[in-house]
Amino acid sequence: MTAETAHAHDAHDHRPSLYDWKRWVYSTNHKDIGTMYLIFAIIAGLIGGALSGLIRWELAEPGVQVFAEGSAMTAWLNLDSNHGYNVAVTMHGLVMIFFMVMPAMIGGFGNWFVPLMIGAPDMAFPRMNNISFWLLPASFTLALLSMVVPGNGDFPGFGGGWTLYAPLSTSPAHHSGPSMDLLILSLHIAGASSILGAINFITTIFNMRAPGMTLHRMPLFVWSILVTVWLLVLSLPVLAGALTMLLTDRNFGTQFFEAAGGGDPVMYQHLFWFFGHPEVYILILPGFGMVSQIVSTFSRKPIFGYLGMAYAMVAIGFIGFVVWAHHMYTVGMGLDLEAYFIAATMVIAVPTGIKIFSWIATMWGGSISFTVPMLWAIGFIFLFTVGGVTGVVLANSGVDTALHDTYYVVAHFHYVLSLGAVFAIFAGFFYWIPKMSGYRYNGFLAGLQFWIMFIGVNIIFFPQHFLGLQGMPRRYIDYPEAFSYWNQVSSWGYVITAVGVLVFLVTLVEMFIVKRRAGDNPWGEGATTLEWTLSSPPPFHQFNELPVIKPDTHH
Amino acid sequence: MKRGALFAAVLGGVFSAAGAAFAMVGAPTPRGYALQEPATAVMRDIVDFHTLLLWIIVAISVFVLALLLWVIVRYNRRANPTPKKFTHNMLVEVIWTIVPVLILVGIAWKSFPLIYLQERIPEAELTLKVTGNSWRWDFEYPDLGVMMTANLLDEATADAEGRPYLLATDAPLLVPVDTTVRVLVTSNDVIHSFAVPAFGIKEDAIQGRVNETWFNVEREGVFYGQCSELCGVNHAYMPVEIHAVTRAEFDAWVVAQGGSIASAETEAPPAPAAAEPATPAATPTR
Repeated sequence: MTAETAHAHDAHDHRPSLYDWKRWVYSTNHKDIGTMYLIFAIIAGLIGGALSGLIRWELAEPGVQVFAEGSAMTAWLNLDSNHGYNVAVTMHGLVMIFFMVMPAMIGGFGNWFVPLMIGAPDMAFPRMNNISFWLLPASFTLALLSMVVPGNGDFPGFGGGWTLYAPLSTSPAHHSGPSMDLLILSLHIAGASSILGAINFITTIFNMRAPGMTLHRMPLFVWSILVTVWLLVLSLPVLAGALTMLLTDRNFGTQFFEAAGGGDPVMYQHLFWFFGHPEVYILILPGFGMVSQIVSTFSRKPIFGYLGMAYAMVAIGFIGFVVWAHHMYTVGMGLDLEAYFIAATMVIAVPTGIKIFSWIATMWGGSISFTVPMLWAIGFIFLFTVGGVTGVVLANSGVDTALHDTYYVVAHFHYVLSLGAVFAIFAGFFYWIPKMSGYRYNGFLAGLQFWIMFIGVNIIFFPQHFLGLQGMPRRYIDYPEAFSYWNQVSSWGYVITAVGVLVFLVTLVEMFIVKRRAGDNPWGEGATTLEWTLSSPPPFHQFNELPVIKPDTHH
Repeated sequence: MKRGALFAAVLGGVFSAAGAAFAMVGAPTPRGYALQEPATAVMRDIVDFHTLLLWIIVAISVFVLALLLWVIVRYNRRANPTPKKFTHNMLVEVIWTIVPVLILVGIAWKSFPLIYLQERIPEAELTLKVTGNSWRWDFEYPDLGVMMTANLLDEATADAEGRPYLLATDAPLLVPVDTTVRVLVTSNDVIHSFAVPAFGIKEDAIQGRVNETWFNVEREGVFYGQCSELCGVNHAYMPVEIHAVTRAEFDAWVVAQGGSIASAETEAPPAPAAAEPATPAATPTR
């Protein structure tokens, strides 16, 4: 993809001071808002990661230690109880999904690079972009508050899992306190934030592409965001409906999910997963897009099968809406429904396989340089494959009977999300940080982080397959002696991963202290998308004169 | 009947049988990395199908890994300084679309018979009603007039008796071997899930619904399960312990429980003497 004219340097760049609070609070600049999203995601990721540390520490050996009453680790949060453990599990999931992966991928990288890649000066609705971001800290504050106000009797927090299943979430016997109500409001606001953001992206991508930038010439990252935001717009209202029904069930005497009042607890699960399954594709699709850009850049070779790659994402998004009940095989749904959901679910493996093989074909014949983003991308491709194939196992409800709600499922979705989505985020981060900050990272430190985390997360999650096959259920604070070996291995993996996170923070700090100038395009001829035609960091307002995309592109 | 006496009956039943046939133990094993040993035909099919799937997914993963290693070795910047520029190859694109489809059709072909086996309940000789509570299981043989409640066996007792803590219960449920048992599963409060890995069953216990599954245990033994749907603070503390015994031992146990073997068609079951009042969970909720 080539621009007719490289960006004419903006001599009068009205970039406000970094220390001007109005620059951030009133921001209508897609790059500043993207930066805020990324910083927000890093903070949320550290909080979510700390919660998972408490979980792994607790599970390092049988018995209750970290969450035992009076334990110094959790007493300061009033989480020193079995309920506290459930709160940690619940909030780890919600924080990582709603406040780490989504803000990083869509809000952060999406905001930064969708306008740059399509040659637009900014997002279509800059003020709406501002409110999309600023709703998130409000939402996150409510979520964190929900951890300290009474949830289960006097015990603070909501401990019903990130799926918020009724009647556990509505029952006064289990969650009488206001904690759950705060969490409902938090997710409502996070949902509103995402819907506003999604509308903004759809409008931007459909209306603000530079001359000559047809849909079929858009970079795959923009395609991935386009599919993702459509999923958001179509699925989040369903979550909002389900959440509202939880709220009225809890507070206003409705009985949508209360069997005694003619309601149906299973209906909640259908509504939730009608949102929840597209949600997991929302978490991974932008990663697909980033990995495509990175693999192409560092192989110095155009994407293999561009159209197939774009429409594989569309297909994954579409099929993602019709497979939700594979999360519910054990609710007693009946034979024909199970057969349908098995078949539909396995169909997703086909477009996913097309993507995996097309990435490899992009590298095939290329001239690969193993930069840090490329390491993360290659790691992503393999680990996502491992997580994907266990998904095919779980799709078969016959086997799922044995594995449903066990650690096998935990291992599966952490392979596709923790080792998939998070690897993609790190890949995108190191790919674009020279563009975003203007500085190069320290290759040794960043490479060290990759290898430490690659080893660490595999040690965490691979043994969890064994635990699941042996039958260890999810969300258990304590387990029989027989499960102790692999749990201990898994917890040591967490320690290694935590060291990797520290190295990441050191890398960040080092980068901003040493300030190695990155130059407009640090990646060379393979980096062909429009953002590399701009300065690093890009001017505060770019493309005052729109670039023109020539038809002689690679696809 | 006192809990101690019930124990004596159960232990006597199981361990006398152990002398003759090998009493199997359906439980996780230290460092175990595979599915539990099957005790029913359904679980055997699950294990076989999983083994097939495991071969397929390992082959796919190794294939992808091999391709990645090949491009890393062959197409790095030193080995291949000048990148090629091709972006299409119709043949491989068709292959990598069609071959996965064929593999998936093959998987589905093995998958569907399994769910039909699981979900079509055969003619049952015995009905077991399972009710989830926060946090204990109630069991009932409605046709035999037997009702019981199983709580977690506390850690001290479990250790003293050499039984696995968090799997053992204070009142193991007996089931007869070689008998098709229909299981009706429901809940009194939040959702629980009744699971016995060695039987290949896991069925959600949902308030207002009665779910159905079945098993036919082929071997005598002790089989453990754990609640498999998050149900609150003591989710980890409501295990399932089932002892599969011969029909004669089962009948004796039913009578000892105050039930009646002949009552199935003729009369309403007598008030079950063994039904213990619902006792709170053995583990404090803190």
